[in-house]
Amino acid sequence: MSVWDDVIGQESAVATLDRAVTEPGSMTHAWLLTGPPGSGRSVAAKAFAAALQCPDGGCGTCRECRTALEGTHADVDVIATEGLTLTVKLARELVLLAARRPSLGRWRVIVIEDADRLHERAADALLKALEEPVARTVWILCAPSLEDVIITIRSRSRHVRLRTPPVEAVAALLVRRDGIDPAMATFAARAAQCHVGLARRLARDEGARNRRHEVIQLAAKIRSVGDAVGAASDLDSIAKEEAGAASTERDVSEKARLLEILGADLSARVQPPHVRAQVSALEKEQKTRATRFVCDVIDRSLMDLLSVYRDALVVHTGASIGLVNQDMIEQVRQLARVMSPEQLLGCMDAIGTARERIDANVNSLLALEAMAISLQLAR
Amino acid sequence: MLISGPESVLAERALAATLDALRAGDPDLEVIKLYSEGYQSGTLTMHASPSLFGGTKAIVVLDLEDAPDDLQTDVLAYLAAPAPAGEVTLVVAHRSGNRGKKVLDTLKKAGARVVDAAQIKENDKPQFAANEFRRQGRKATPGAVRALIDAVGRDIRELAAACSQLVVDTEGLVDEAMVEKYQGGKVETTGFKVADAAIAGNVGEALRLLRHAISAGDSPVPIVAVLAMQLRQMVRVGGAGRGPSGQLAKSLGMAPWQIDQARRKLSGWTPEGVGQAIQAVAAADFDVKGGARDPVYSVERVILTICEARNPP
Repeated sequence: MSVWDDVIGQESAVATLDRAVTEPGSMTHAWLLTGPPGSGRSVAAKAFAAALQCPDGGCGTCRECRTALEGTHADVDVIATEGLTLTVKLARELVLLAARRPSLGRWRVIVIEDADRLHERAADALLKALEEPVARTVWILCAPSLEDVIITIRSRSRHVRLRTPPVEAVAALLVRRDGIDPAMATFAARAAQCHVGLARRLARDEGARNRRHEVIQLAAKIRSVGDAVGAASDLDSIAKEEAGAASTERDVSEKARLLEILGADLSARVQPPHVRAQVSALEKEQKTRATRFVCDVIDRSLMDLLSVYRDALVVHTGASIGLVNQDMIEQVRQLARVMSPEQLLGCMDAIGTARERIDANVNSLLALEAMAISLQLAR
Repeated sequence: MLISGPESVLAERALAATLDALRAGDPDLEVIKLYSEGYQSGTLTMHASPSLFGGTKAIVVLDLEDAPDDLQTDVLAYLAAPAPAGEVTLVVAHRSGNRGKKVLDTLKKAGARVVDAAQIKENDKPQFAANEFRRQGRKATPGAVRALIDAVGRDIRELAAACSQLVVDTEGLVDEAMVEKYQGGKVETTGFKVADAAIAGNVGEALRLLRHAISAGDSPVPIVAVLAMQLRQMVRVGGAGRGPSGQLAKSLGMAPWQIDQARRKLSGWTPEGVGQAIQAVAAADFDVKGGARDPVYSVERVILTICEARNPP
């Protein structure tokens, strides 16, 4: 067993990282792991952190390895955000943290899971600490691609590229780690386009599978402008419902816990000002989290939708690559029949534009409507 | 005395009139104004207690709708044991909301004079302006009132000020020409009016209103949002088929008047045209939110595109 077991399909990246652990000469103070979403960037980062802390270079069983992988190791800090950005305030705290010696491990490891969400000023604040590090401090930054971090960070770190893992590897991981039925695991891995986390969710959550099904069905349903607006509003409300279902319970329990910590009187109709301030800060945070969640869900739906058009295009060209939506082959064929390759590409373009617009804070419903209108089937 | 309602011009007038009436009885009237913010418990009771030097007082609570519990308790305590009539007059102003309801009820029960300062709605504005002139002994033609409301009608206070300016500066019947002389070239507009003109295919009018709206401080983002909303409603109503608007209202989650409005707007549009318009609006929304350098130009362009989509060349 080794810490690298869960880092699947990344032989060359693992070899590079492993050599850094075993040969002191190949080690450096800042690493930038990039790879498409779901390729296991954060898993790789945590495995690397564990290997660095482990006296045997990543046995996967010792206390150091286990705590580092679980994120409870005293000298491994994993920074991730559920909000929209990592703030400059947080970055300054990290700079202070980076200046400290490790308390019991061999290295102080700081993993930033969403380096692409670093606010520009936050990234600037990190530069000094990245450039002139204290001995025995290691930064591991993760981002989808090199272009997602500012150039001054790129030039201060060593780049390791992860690739999209093959379907078989993802399916095998699901079977081994989560005990999922092999057939379902293969379906989920393919449908999630090898995004490990999504595949796991698809395999285990029937609601998620149904939602995906609904989204894909949309492609064949849009026949008029009215249908398009209806479909857009369906997409938007599916996302909002999912976000609402996922967060309401959590929001309520977080608030109750905060009130308890502050020693507030739960039965009071109006809380005293200092409690109110804390509660409203929490609510603000929850709101940004919900916004991000809705955006993420919509983006995922759009990826699902995109995969249908991609498959139709594959069918058209007769290429011998596997289809993402093998389970809905009929639908894909039908789409390929009614649309020319040019039209399919136009649809894919429209979906891409919608994703870009939502990312730029355009009202999601409006962006989806504009997209759905372009997706109308030719009559 | 209780002044209740959100229209601040009316509330201020009622307060001033009351204080004037009191001053007529006693020129040395002492006026004490109390604000909810920073109110310290007991202040009201202190002011309400008889003064060593005699004299009459008016205590004015200006914003009961935000009153902290202390202030409410003090008002209630005073109402339970008021000073002898003629010495202290309590004036309470309450804009809106449920806060301080107990105080309001007690005041009414105690026989306070209630002045209603209800919000002046769009339809009541001509009436209000005409009254303004009448109050100051003047008359205005309906055309003049309409022109005045078009120019400064958004804010009641501004409207009232414009009326008194005309009263002071002019003589005789106030007519359209006078209003034009004082308020000429000024047009108050909103994103809704811009959107209405654009969707009606009225290019010149829409662009003119847009310029006015922007120069009056409106931002392009809400204007685009209004365009998007109206086009969306048109599509939904258009797709819902015929039927009484009351029934459709429920299934579409819109108000019946919105449905009638959308139906009126739909005449002259093809579904494809609306589709093009929505796509243009989505592109414009991206542009005004940082996608393009000049947000105003983006809105102008989307208005042109919408008009073109309605009336294809």
